Amino acid sequence: MLSRRIIPCLDVRAGRVVKGVRFRDHRDMGDILALAQRYRDQGADELVFYDITASPEGRSVDREWVRQVAELLDIPFCVAGGITSVEEARAVLAAGADKISVNTPALRRPDLIDELADAFGSQCVVVGIDSRLRDGTWRVSIDTGDPERSRDLARPTLEWIKEAVERGAGEIVLNCMNADGTRSGYDLEQLSAARRVCRVPLVASGGAGAIEHFIAVFQHADVDAALAASVFHSGQIAIPTLKHSLAKAGVPVRLEEG
Amino acid sequence: MRVAVIDMGRGNLGSVCYALRRLGAEPVVASDPDGLSGCRRWILPGVGAAAPAMASLAERGFVPLLREPPVPLLGICLGMQLLFEFSAEGAAPCLGLIPGRVEPLPSGPGLRIPHMGWNAVQPLIPHPLFAGIDPGRQFYFVHSFAAACGEATIALCEYGMAFSAAVASGRIAGVQFHPERSGSAGAKLLRNFLAEATWS
Repeated sequence: MLSRRIIPCLDVRAGRVVKGVRFRDHRDMGDILALAQRYRDQGADELVFYDITASPEGRSVDREWVRQVAELLDIPFCVAGGITSVEEARAVLAAGADKISVNTPALRRPDLIDELADAFGSQCVVVGIDSRLRDGTWRVSIDTGDPERSRDLARPTLEWIKEAVERGAGEIVLNCMNADGTRSGYDLEQLSAARRVCRVPLVASGGAGAIEHFIAVFQHADVDAALAASVFHSGQIAIPTLKHSLAKAGVPVRLEEG
Repeated sequence: MRVAVIDMGRGNLGSVCYALRRLGAEPVVASDPDGLSGCRRWILPGVGAAAPAMASLAERGFVPLLREPPVPLLGICLGMQLLFEFSAEGAAPCLGLIPGRVEPLPSGPGLRIPHMGWNAVQPLIPHPLFAGIDPGRQFYFVHSFAAACGEATIALCEYGMAFSAAVASGRIAGVQFHPERSGSAGAKLLRNFLAEATWS
């Protein structure tokens, strides 16, 4: 049986791992390679590296650390942040990333998703979506890496998920911004709604604060993977403990490492 | 040991090369048959679609060599699918080294396509590629097409159907999963492929 995945997300700025609460007040969390190795050894199924400064500043990710991560890791990893073209994606994949994730640039120019899927195959193409409730509807946000520029669009999130998949996205990461950083649990209602319209793998993001939240998001929103950052970085939740709890609750997970 | 990683011009060979280096082997990216010289193992990796990959192998002159490899050959993911007779992905005739056809994985309720993530692999027969790897160990898969189990299947995986997770025939082998991204179990499998005793 296919295991449900646990994905620590490492927000990267200037070659260091950082994480903020509600996207503000980032704190230094340590060296990328050391953390990547630690999560791999603890049994993380995959890692996401998100260059939080890349998109708002209009620059692409620094690829040297991507190559170093690829040399080190023997589990899959995805790189997100400021990828706006096939050429930029090619460089990141050539450096050894397994997948690239696009968010704001895909909303600005949706054809980017088609171009990436045509060039590399859907299995490499993740579409990240930042979403929050506004006027009774979940709507997408852009430029969320920069509090000064972040803004909500009118486009409903569920419509964008459908369009992204039609265009060739191989996986959707849905970051529920109302929950992000609160540690009060994943947004089960929004993720369940997303699940109903999403036929490719769906990754839950935003709000993890306790082991019960992970169990709930797999059991009630039927997501394929759960992403979290601060609960792992702070040591509040250890991945081996989390996975054993999930297995006990009947959620299929990989227990062999960690 | 020099190991050729066959380049079909479709990108990401890095992760396979890095995995080989972690195991102490020396990867050589081969973009033409000359690049294979002196290599004691060949790896046919691959992401992307079968039809353009076969076209690229033909254009670069690899096809006759791959049909009769003088050293052990391991196909990974798409590279494994190319070992079969035919792939429904782009209706591509393939290398025909392993009997069988590659077809789309079934979709359905709860079966997301691509099949992406860690899944259990069950060896069907003892084979040196899986020496020291427990039955049911999980490996990392990313694919939308697969080959049904056949006479060359040495391990299976299940996702909506049982399919070939690994095949072998003589010195030719293939794995549908990504050993270079499958943690310790994947490293063990690659080490088995590189081991002198395995294929002599």
